[in-house]
Amino acid sequence: MTNSMSLTILVIEDEAPIRRFLRASLPSHGYRLEEADTGENGLRQAAMHKPDLVILDLGLPDIDGLEVTKRLREWMSTPIIVLSARGREDDKIAALDAGADDYLTKPFGMGELLARLRVALRRTIRLPGETADPVFRVGDLRVDLLRRQVWVGDAEVHLTPIEYKLLTTLVQHAGKVLLHRHLLSEVWGPDYMQENHYLRVYMGLLRHKLEIDPARPRYLRTEPGVGYRLAAE
Amino acid sequence: MPNQRPNPDQLLERVQAEEAKLARGHLKIFFGSAAGVGKTYAMLEAAQQRQAEGVDTVVGYVETHNRAETDALLEGLELLPPLLVNYRSATLREFDLDAALYRHPTLILVDELAHTNAPGLRHTKRWQDVEELLNAGINVYTTINVQHLESLNDVVAQITNITVRETVPDRILEEADEVELIDLPPDELLQRLREGKVYVSEHAKQAIDNFFRKGNLIALRELALRRTADRVDAQMQRYMQDHAIPTVWPTQERLLVGISPSPEAARLVRAARRIAARLRAEWLVVYVETPAHMRLTEIERNRVIQTLRLAEKLGAETVTLNGTDASEEILSYARQRNVNKIVIGKPDRPLWRDLLFGSVLENLVRASSDIDVYVISSEQEDASLPLRPTFVRTSPWSAYLKTVLIVATCTLVAEGIFRRLELSNLIMLYLLGVTFVAFRYGRGPSILAAVLSVGAFDFFFVQPYFTFAVSDMQYGLTFLSMLIVAVVISSLAVRIRAQAHTAHQRERRTAALYTLTRALANTRDMTTLVRIATSQISDVFASKTEILLPNGQGKLEMAAEELFASDDHERELAIAQWVYEHKQMAGMNTDTLPSSGATYVPLTATRGSVGVLAIKPADPRRLLDPDQVHWLETLANQISVAIERAQLATEAQAATVQIETERLRNTLLSSVSHDLRTPLASITGAASALLDNSSTLAPATQRELITTIVDESERLNHLLTNLLDMTRLEAGTINIHKEWQPVEEVIGAALTHLNAQLQGRSVHTDLPADLPLVPLDSVLIEQVLTNLIENAVKYTPPGSSLDISAQRTGNAVTLQIADHGPGLPAALQQRIFDKFYRVQPNDPQHGSGLGLTICRGIVEAHGGRIWAANRADGPGAVFAFTLPLDGEPPTLL
Repeated sequence: MTNSMSLTILVIEDEAPIRRFLRASLPSHGYRLEEADTGENGLRQAAMHKPDLVILDLGLPDIDGLEVTKRLREWMSTPIIVLSARGREDDKIAALDAGADDYLTKPFGMGELLARLRVALRRTIRLPGETADPVFRVGDLRVDLLRRQVWVGDAEVHLTPIEYKLLTTLVQHAGKVLLHRHLLSEVWGPDYMQENHYLRVYMGLLRHKLEIDPARPRYLRTEPGVGYRLAAE
Repeated sequence: MPNQRPNPDQLLERVQAEEAKLARGHLKIFFGSAAGVGKTYAMLEAAQQRQAEGVDTVVGYVETHNRAETDALLEGLELLPPLLVNYRSATLREFDLDAALYRHPTLILVDELAHTNAPGLRHTKRWQDVEELLNAGINVYTTINVQHLESLNDVVAQITNITVRETVPDRILEEADEVELIDLPPDELLQRLREGKVYVSEHAKQAIDNFFRKGNLIALRELALRRTADRVDAQMQRYMQDHAIPTVWPTQERLLVGISPSPEAARLVRAARRIAARLRAEWLVVYVETPAHMRLTEIERNRVIQTLRLAEKLGAETVTLNGTDASEEILSYARQRNVNKIVIGKPDRPLWRDLLFGSVLENLVRASSDIDVYVISSEQEDASLPLRPTFVRTSPWSAYLKTVLIVATCTLVAEGIFRRLELSNLIMLYLLGVTFVAFRYGRGPSILAAVLSVGAFDFFFVQPYFTFAVSDMQYGLTFLSMLIVAVVISSLAVRIRAQAHTAHQRERRTAALYTLTRALANTRDMTTLVRIATSQISDVFASKTEILLPNGQGKLEMAAEELFASDDHERELAIAQWVYEHKQMAGMNTDTLPSSGATYVPLTATRGSVGVLAIKPADPRRLLDPDQVHWLETLANQISVAIERAQLATEAQAATVQIETERLRNTLLSSVSHDLRTPLASITGAASALLDNSSTLAPATQRELITTIVDESERLNHLLTNLLDMTRLEAGTINIHKEWQPVEEVIGAALTHLNAQLQGRSVHTDLPADLPLVPLDSVLIEQVLTNLIENAVKYTPPGSSLDISAQRTGNAVTLQIADHGPGLPAALQQRIFDKFYRVQPNDPQHGSGLGLTICRGIVEAHGGRIWAANRADGPGAVFAFTLPLDGEPPTLL
């Protein structure tokens, strides 16, 4: 990881205890922390500090978290991880739609947060000149984007064009939740945005080809009610 | 010596009467023999005295006729403003009943009890207003003259030759708590009259000379004194009974009055009323509907109805019997009811009819054995209503025509057998024809047939032929007997037909009652019940019928408005409301608000009013017949009982739900407070230990405390999640968002979610390759699976494996989670899905008792079913649920 320069994380959260616990843990993992307790404050801080990542609570006292996401996205591409209360799938989808990269459900543990941070940062923090590795690896799964080959362990797996397109779309956003709608429009085209069952059937086929136990997927994770995520580590 | 202690029934009656009295207001009547004796004056004096004693007294209505000394007595009393009623361009001053009820004083003065109210007021008579005041618990002072008493009405008319139209039922006087006789010797009264101290209206001036004759006044005074003495007597008797003083009174006399359609019947009823009062007897008034009733004129039938109504007003029980022989019916009914005295009017028909057709009186006296028969004299006074029997033709003209044809046919047939057989056979043939006509067409045609037959027989078959001349006188006898036989047969036939009609009617009633009772007995739902009841009543009475039920506030609601003219709607509803509150019939054909468009019958059951039946028969006179009213009341009773039963059932159900909810709430509170506090206590304890002693604690201990905090927080989070889910499920705010998808994916999501808990366990999934897509809400079904798997993890030994499978079962897919734990006791297999049910209630390690309830809620919201069982192949529990495959599965292009 990039230990030489510490990355700046902006936390926009009105709950002081949450900010306190982040302040206590994140610096010890090498991150620098900026804090804001309101949406307006957060937007100002973001402009001032140009953080490498934003952790944003959806339930802010002044502006709605969704609105903050949209306004941030108007001028910056920094990864945004939103925090939401459990069971609000619609909120999560809306946040992802507005440009958030990932979400965490409250309450969450420190380990979970750090994992999400790593994934989000790895995708964006690429030094200039560094080319993306044409081979994606996770566990036994290997996807060679140049040769258009997929391997599980030592065995090459043959995929149909649609399956391959689906897999590569996930690979391009590895570790990130992709909404059903996003995947459908990428793979099948914008006319198929409502045909969720296409996605489900092909995801099932893909799992049967790539997973050891398709009923306990290791790579192709389901985020119920939201979308899919390809495990990145 | 017979024991004269009051029997228990009498005591009970008295206790009930006294209880009713406690709630009822007291009635004091100032009773006088004639106008001008000073009743109003005495009443006002008494009121002044009450007022001085501090009693809240109001003058409801008093007519002082501007006499100075009476006016003076009004001084200082609160006067209720009179109600001004416009009637035929005149403004009438009336007692304002509603204002009085609203003011609700302790004592109210209402003058002239016998007054008839202006049309359009609630009651026809003022005494009904007074009844309502008493029922409302208000004490009343009122005045009345002796000639206004119903039972003395005709006696007074005999004495004074003036018929008084305004009458008050005797029971009002009898039930009064106090009666004060205002007595003034006739000479003094006449003196007052001469001095102009007695108010006399202008138009009555001419009658006055007749009325205020000394003879009249003496007679009226005697009547008033005697009536008061009678009352005193009754009080004395009650006193003697109360104190078990032996008396010579025979107990429980019962009197039966047989009435006829004669105009004398009303007099007979009044006379019987006086006898009954003297004997302190209960009395019944009976009318026997013989076939002859069918032949009565409209006037006579109405008179029977009026007489029965009069009897009811005078306090009698009225009964209409059906039968051919009046005396027989009366006697058998009398025996059935333990009657020991029969009162009957002196016959007013000529002797020859009695000799020929038998006399009711004669038969009664002969067969009465132990029952006394009183015969009341009639009086030829009523010339105004001559009983003129009018000929009513009941058979249509066509019947007469057919009669002629039948006789002609008989003649033709007779012609065929003439000379071959004896003449007497021809007579038989004609008789056959007459009999046929009698049975088919009734009296008129049968007489015609008899006459024609005799004529035809004479004309064609008796020498000399083809003339009406008769050579042999013996045929005279033949003709006469033929005629008599024809008449007798026809009257018998008519009677049989009438009886059949009555029997048919009675049967229809029984059948209707039976149908109603049975239909109502099978109904619990109020709407259906009301519908059945209204349609039955409408059928039976050929009426428009409506049942009005009260809403939660005890206000009746009008279901259909077409029953009443729309502009009257408010008024009709107000009448119905009054009936509901007072449990008394009102409306058309009753004494209360008779100008209404319908008759309102209260529906009362054991707990009081349950509603009101509004009925508007096609023939409004139908409900003038007391018999029909009784019949309606019988049906209304059945309906009331059914409605009450339905209400009780609903209430019982509501109560059960209430208890269940209450129980749940208590469980919820105790469960939530326990389950929330336990982890909180652990967290607080661990955190404060760390805070206070962080420097002295060993690192291992510190770590242990921190683990406790994390674990307990997780538990708390879990509990809260469940509670929130449960709340949302119950509030119905969860939207099921079904999408067609493979169950494999949902199972996968659940297993991924529980990865940590499933460490060290093997999970076998068995999903057939051809499993169809299932319409489900992935978020919710994932939760069901998560809860079921978590449950299995909790209740089975660590390391034991789980089997998850799915298969298509008909038009559904069944998912199943089987473990290798101890299994479930059979008794728990359903209960574990109940809210807050825990297998081991006090085990803090285990959940909130909500997980499985949430599963059931979600599965049922999907239209599926969830259940628990034990494995067939060895120990272990199985939780399974179905998801129906509803709708058209989507296709892949």
